[in-house]
Amino acid sequence: MIKAILIFNNHGKPRLIRFYQYFSEDMQQQIIRETFHLVSKRDDNVCNFLEGSDYKLIYRHYATLYFVFCVDSSESELGILDLIQVFVETLDKCFENVCELDLIFHMDKVHYILQEVVMGGMVLETNMNEIVAQVEVQNRMEKSEGGLSAAPARAVSAVKNMNLPEIPRNINIGDINIKVPSLSPF
Amino acid sequence: MSDVVEKTLTALPSLLSLDSQPGSAKLSSNSKLGNLIRGITELTSKHEEEKLIQRELLLIKEQVSSPNTTMRQMKELMVRAIYCEMLGYGVSFSYIHAIKLAQQGNVLEKRVGYLAVSLFLNESHELLLLLVNTVLKDLQSTNLIEVCMALTVVSQMFPKDMIPAILPLVEEKLNHPKEIIRRKAVLALYKFYLIAPNQVQHIHNKFRKALCDKDPGVMSASLHIYLQLIQENPEGYKDLAPSFVTILKQVVGGKLPMDFNYHSVPAPWLQIHLLRILSFLGKNDQSTSEIMYEILDESLRRAEMNHNITYAILYECVKCIYTIHPKSDLLEKAAKCIGNFVLSPKINLKYLGLKALTYVVQQDPKLALQHQMTIIECLDHPDLIIKRETLELLFRITNDQNVTVIVEKMLDFLRISEDDHTTIDLVGKVAELAEKYAPDNEWFIDTMNTVFSLGGDLLQPDIPNSFLKLLSEGFDSVEEDKKLRLFAVNSYISLLQRDASKLPQRFLQVICWVLGEYSHLREDLEPDVIVRLLAKLLDMKSSSSETKCWVLMAMTKLCPGGAALALVHNVSETYSSSLDTMLRQRAQELEILSQDSELQAKVLPRSASMEPVEVDSSLSFLDGFVSEALAAGAAPYKPPHQRQEELSRSKALNLEPYGLSLPISMSSCSITDRQSPTLLSISSGLSGDSTDFSHKGSSTVLKLDGVKRLWGRDGYLAQKEPTEEAPRIEAASPVRSADQLGNNNSQTPTPTPTPECDQEKQQLASSLFVGLASQSSICLMGKSDQPSQRFRRKTKASGSSEQITNPLVFPSDGSDNLLYKNLLDSPDLDGSPPEQTPGLDAPNGACDAEEESTDADMKEIKTPPIRDEHVTAEASPHHDPDRSKDPSLTSHLPAELSALPHSKTTTLFSKQNLDVSACHVQKEDSVVLVVFISNCSDSFLQQIRLQVDSEELEVSCVSDSPSEELKSHSVAVCQYFLTVKRPSVHFDLSATVSWQPPAGSPLTTQFSYRLPLTAFIRALRLSTEEYGAKWLAFSHDTKQNLTLIQGGRDPLAATLDVLKRKLQLHVVEVIGVEAIVACCLQQDQPCLMHCRMHAGMLAVWLRSPVPDLPDCLLYCCQRALQEL
Repeated sequence: MIKAILIFNNHGKPRLIRFYQYFSEDMQQQIIRETFHLVSKRDDNVCNFLEGSDYKLIYRHYATLYFVFCVDSSESELGILDLIQVFVETLDKCFENVCELDLIFHMDKVHYILQEVVMGGMVLETNMNEIVAQVEVQNRMEKSEGGLSAAPARAVSAVKNMNLPEIPRNINIGDINIKVPSLSPF
Repeated sequence: MSDVVEKTLTALPSLLSLDSQPGSAKLSSNSKLGNLIRGITELTSKHEEEKLIQRELLLIKEQVSSPNTTMRQMKELMVRAIYCEMLGYGVSFSYIHAIKLAQQGNVLEKRVGYLAVSLFLNESHELLLLLVNTVLKDLQSTNLIEVCMALTVVSQMFPKDMIPAILPLVEEKLNHPKEIIRRKAVLALYKFYLIAPNQVQHIHNKFRKALCDKDPGVMSASLHIYLQLIQENPEGYKDLAPSFVTILKQVVGGKLPMDFNYHSVPAPWLQIHLLRILSFLGKNDQSTSEIMYEILDESLRRAEMNHNITYAILYECVKCIYTIHPKSDLLEKAAKCIGNFVLSPKINLKYLGLKALTYVVQQDPKLALQHQMTIIECLDHPDLIIKRETLELLFRITNDQNVTVIVEKMLDFLRISEDDHTTIDLVGKVAELAEKYAPDNEWFIDTMNTVFSLGGDLLQPDIPNSFLKLLSEGFDSVEEDKKLRLFAVNSYISLLQRDASKLPQRFLQVICWVLGEYSHLREDLEPDVIVRLLAKLLDMKSSSSETKCWVLMAMTKLCPGGAALALVHNVSETYSSSLDTMLRQRAQELEILSQDSELQAKVLPRSASMEPVEVDSSLSFLDGFVSEALAAGAAPYKPPHQRQEELSRSKALNLEPYGLSLPISMSSCSITDRQSPTLLSISSGLSGDSTDFSHKGSSTVLKLDGVKRLWGRDGYLAQKEPTEEAPRIEAASPVRSADQLGNNNSQTPTPTPTPECDQEKQQLASSLFVGLASQSSICLMGKSDQPSQRFRRKTKASGSSEQITNPLVFPSDGSDNLLYKNLLDSPDLDGSPPEQTPGLDAPNGACDAEEESTDADMKEIKTPPIRDEHVTAEASPHHDPDRSKDPSLTSHLPAELSALPHSKTTTLFSKQNLDVSACHVQKEDSVVLVVFISNCSDSFLQQIRLQVDSEELEVSCVSDSPSEELKSHSVAVCQYFLTVKRPSVHFDLSATVSWQPPAGSPLTTQFSYRLPLTAFIRALRLSTEEYGAKWLAFSHDTKQNLTLIQGGRDPLAATLDVLKRKLQLHVVEVIGVEAIVACCLQQDQPCLMHCRMHAGMLAVWLRSPVPDLPDCLLYCCQRALQEL
């Protein structure tokens, strides 16, 4: 399970903090400080893993930002390392050349994107196109909401009840062929 | 009017910011959040930032609580609040508004509301209850986005008690037509499982359905659940193994749609998950492992080394291969794979390679040999993490030959390490290695000194404790003990003579204790000198009051005459007015005992530190006091669980589910409760000897969770992994010497820098890896325990003393063993191997003579010649091979046991032509476990070794070991005396049997055997008067209502009859509706029972001097009555 996701810049300023396990406010800040302290003094040519007593820190450093995932022993180190890459690439797609400023000014949007990748500490989706599709659906909703603020109630409710479009990959379900053989009867 | 204008103006920026396009950060910078952020970035000091944010927070607070704020503004305010929160400023005032926003806003506002709630609150926050209704509503919404949001927030946090309220709705979502909803629902249910497993018990079937979902996304989400479930209980999901294998096969085979590919690897995360699940399922299970060999092979093959993520899959594959039941060609491939990792120039892969090596090196030490040069290079790696991992690896391969080099490397690392966790961990490891492999006293004490000074006060308390315990208990030779202690004393005196102010407190305490206890060994030294040295510690500013206590205790033990008496007097005077009560007490003790040397000698006898102090944990010395108090009208003591029970009974509604009323945990709770007063009394008593330490050790909580304990007091703690028992891939290799190792180096393809440097490294390599190869060959000989351990503890349990004597019986050296084996093979000695006892052979003979009476068996024991006849008869051709599987194994029971009642013989395992069965025989005063090892193959089995252990039972071997070898179709019988250490409802015995088939490598299997408490219960014949006297004297009691056996005329008599028959209780007397019953556990541990019929129930009251016994016996009674 992923216990926490921390993004901070080269100076240790937090840019996005998401804990999946409860820590008190002070503890959270302390964790951020200590993590920054640990990670920032490491060169770029050393390994991306740090180990604690019952958790692992897996991090990547991009230009001005550190992306740190704190996970327990049930996660694969290299798997998480690539998940960070997927997350960052997704951010890049959503923000068109993402930079630190995007993360600062659209903290809420970054959170929404993250929610589509990791849910409650579990990896939900690793397919970038899928994540982008989900986020776009929500963005479309946002735009129409914003423009419709003055529209008649009927129109608003029509938008509200708009369903998510069919996700394209569902179409080829017939070919997927994941046959789970004779499980015991339900 | 102006009001309206103002509102419009404040709303304006937020309106503008709404239109912000993705990627247009600059555009929204004129929003309020933008202003705030810009404000913060312009600041230079933390203090200014704080001021600015406090101002901002005030503003937000004002606005959120204003009734005129619209939801839209609220949304903007929330984002600002989230930002402030992230920076570490409390925004608790906005929590309720976040909930309101989630409740009342439109979809977009709701989204911000939910986000804020999930960032601000936690599972146990009381405000979260207000969200339940909103979640409930949104789960039923027709808008999918709302449903998604609700599921997301639920999986982030949800009040445990409220799960039943939304569970049906979430469950329903598993059938939702949209896959994203199904997927999120699965994860939400997983979260429920994590926080309240019993609440989702009924939907396990639905998890299965999710696993077979037509959408692979849902299936992969359900793997989260299965990974957890299978980790907790692999046995329950064995039936799914073929399904997981098939799924993996399809994934690896590219049957998934292209968009599951990541860098052209099909669904790598899914593969990782599946491999983990498979390794849990295949662990210790040959048949399940066999299903997966093919797909593991394929995975290894398909994962071409081209991208990071394929390495992730490979790593999981390798781990899986080494975890499941071994298969040699897979192991070979995996080993090659590990080699690729270790040799990789990519640092992450090197790290994982080292980790993998560490994982497998126990089973395959040769793998470490192959990569020794890489390991040496990693030791000097600039990255501390790599270095640390290398040390971990070295720790696993330490033996008595390379211990000094490895410990030196570890201590070097400790000197530069700044990380507390690493320090604690490594210090513990060094201490373990030192204790286990120390080549001599000097080195041991020096190393421990370094450990204490480097570990400082971070040190886990068990390290000094076990060190002192080792010193005080000593080991086998008195002379050695004395030398070690003397060396310690000398080393500490010289340490104290230098500057002691830098030494950590823990170390000082150790020094104090050792000097107090053993400085008398230095006959040339006056105690005065020591006392002066100790007094110096008292004056040091850095000394904690705990250390001072230790100093005073040491002084008390030294009890000097002459010059230092004045000093002692001075000290005790100073501290007898101390504010610290402990210190004051020690000072008083010192004062009194230093004046009365006779009393001192009595209280602190010098030689007594060797003997453990007997502790009466039942507090029987208080019985008089208790009965007096009872007579004076005090209420009888009730154990906590009973009190709780009565409390819950008095409550109107019992919300707990009904179960068997006495889970074992309850009784253990009462035991600790009862022991605690004794613990207190010990530590406050004036004794600084070993028991004091051991109790202190047990009372302070050792934080060992998470730290994997691999080495115990008696050596490597065998992990329960199949790989342990793995047949070695290669046949016995000749013992390689250190020089040959050097030659081996040339095979490693590591780039060699310069010749001199290389030579140095080679030297290091040979000193580090010395003994590894020979160690492996020892393993091959089926010799699992290390031959020699310097500081082997004296063990009190006779069960483990058998282990120690083993090396005496069997030559400890591998090569000797070979010789020995050959000797045994020679036909002359066949009939009577030296260590075989008649008791063992007789049943062997009886194998063919089942119809013979026990008398005949008796004769066999007395007359060896007859036995020989039987041995030859055994080899006769018309022996039926199936015979040995005959249920009448009991005919092999030794004669003296065959007349006694015994349990049914159960087959414990049967594999590789070896069957092991066991039964227990109830003797008058004890229980004997009889294990039958039968060889049903046509060949010899050699080096059969059986070891039985139990936590609750003391196991002592009757016949000291089973025969070393077993002829075809014969049965060896081993007997073990069992005595109860502490009562329990069931006693689990774990046993390990190892043997060597004629062709092939040694095998080891573990199995367990369970005995009920009733096997140890005997009737206790008492008169009513005796019963009455005992009843008052016993302190542990328990009360409970049992169901009566209805139907007969006299339910009481019928019930008692059942108890008498099933539990061998003795009915002392029956008076009307009351009865008194007695029994005992192994003769000397009585338990009395008082029964009374009351309102259609049988109210029983059990008493015993033994803690836990009443509880356990009550449970047995309950079972006995239920099973009717």
